[in-house]
Amino acid sequence: MWKFFHKLASPPHFYRLAATLIPWFAVPGLVFIGYGAYAGLFVVSPDYQQGDAFRIIYVHVPSAYLSMMAYVMMAVGGGIGLIWRLKLAHAVGAAAAPLGAAFTFLALVTGSIWGRPMWGTWWEWGDPRLTSELILLFLYFGYMALRSSIDDTAKADKASAVLALVGVVNVVIVHFSVEWWSSLHQGQTVFKKGTMDADMRIPLFAMLIGFTLLFGAMLARRIRTEVLFRERRTRWVREMILSPEGDK
Amino acid sequence: MNTPTPQQPGIFFGLLAIARRDLLLAWKRPGDVLNPLFFFAMVCTLFPLAVGPSVEQLTFSGPGVLWVAALLATLLSLNTLFMSDHEDGSLDQLLVSPQPLPVLALGKTIAHWLISGLPLVLISPLLAMTYHMPSAVMGVLMLTLLLGTICLSLLGSIGAALTVGLHRGTALLSLLILPLAMPVLLLGANTVSLAAGNEVYATGIWALGAYAIASLSLAPYATAAALRISNE
Repeated sequence: MWKFFHKLASPPHFYRLAATLIPWFAVPGLVFIGYGAYAGLFVVSPDYQQGDAFRIIYVHVPSAYLSMMAYVMMAVGGGIGLIWRLKLAHAVGAAAAPLGAAFTFLALVTGSIWGRPMWGTWWEWGDPRLTSELILLFLYFGYMALRSSIDDTAKADKASAVLALVGVVNVVIVHFSVEWWSSLHQGQTVFKKGTMDADMRIPLFAMLIGFTLLFGAMLARRIRTEVLFRERRTRWVREMILSPEGDK
Repeated sequence: MNTPTPQQPGIFFGLLAIARRDLLLAWKRPGDVLNPLFFFAMVCTLFPLAVGPSVEQLTFSGPGVLWVAALLATLLSLNTLFMSDHEDGSLDQLLVSPQPLPVLALGKTIAHWLISGLPLVLISPLLAMTYHMPSAVMGVLMLTLLLGTICLSLLGSIGAALTVGLHRGTALLSLLILPLAMPVLLLGANTVSLAAGNEVYATGIWALGAYAIASLSLAPYATAAALRISNE
């Protein structure tokens, strides 16, 4: 058990493991997204209130969920890196940040497009959920800015880990803001029984799984690059690059 | 058994000593105290010049403008929290001192609040008056600013500790702290607006108080960790 974790934390081992994992994440991820997108767009009948406009949830909900999961991942990675001094955990945080920012942006854009026909406005400042998601985007920007302005990687890792941990409070506020403040944004319906028809729900779950898997594949790829860059002066990287098989 | 010997002063001694030192330093250089206050007053002046002097407009937007100005003024003052200590090497002395670093960080933050937060709270009614704010609401404004500036000083100390010694520190500090400060702004400004509209506003005060207590108990640890990281 411990041996597994020790091996996992070793950069060369993880570098190879990630390479084998990527297709296992990417292929099923694309299958799930393919099914979910097809079923969501063509099979599911229009909502009795929202018509066809609701179909954007098949993109909006998974990206909103990933925007928060990526942040939590960044913070957990930072925490593990600070406590157990695992460099790889910091690399996970560094790799997750731009992905998280991208999904946050996607959630904001799709939410805004959805809000136009439903609420009659592209943007509603009165809604805490929108505002908190925007704040989440700014937190990602802050994290990435802090990272890029410290040249020493080890120092940048630790400083940004502290920032990520402090910002977790905000992710909690994002999550509970729907209940805390009355808002335009609908309450959580996905995991509540009887609020959503099964026909509508199953493609959404497929999209959630597909997005998560695809996120995993992209993250693994980014971590590989991150590890390669951080370990660029080590022997295993040089040996790997110079070996006849190349980048394996 | 645990009585502090002269060689090992207690933590309250350390807390008070560092706070006293920072206050003394501020007293010798009053510009550092006054500049954020002038900034606060000037931002509040800019707004009526930009949107026009109509009474309804100013009454309506007064709480928000005052709160945003207070937030920006606090941010401006945070820049110097650890800067001079970093430059003259006294920060290294704090790091190697036998006193627990979170306590010293708290002492510095308390001094910072007394220097920048409290004066801001005290002059806020004067500026609120120019926004035609009723005197009953001014009490609420002062109370929210009192709690809010405590939160902002503590949150800001984390950001100041993370960016100490960095070249692009100032802009970065804003980028790091503003997102964290937004919930405080939201609560503070909305509470004052509710009070101005004769609605129930107590919830906001309680929430701000909770935020202040939470940051009072947690932020010094984050600041201390950040200081150690920045000065490795």
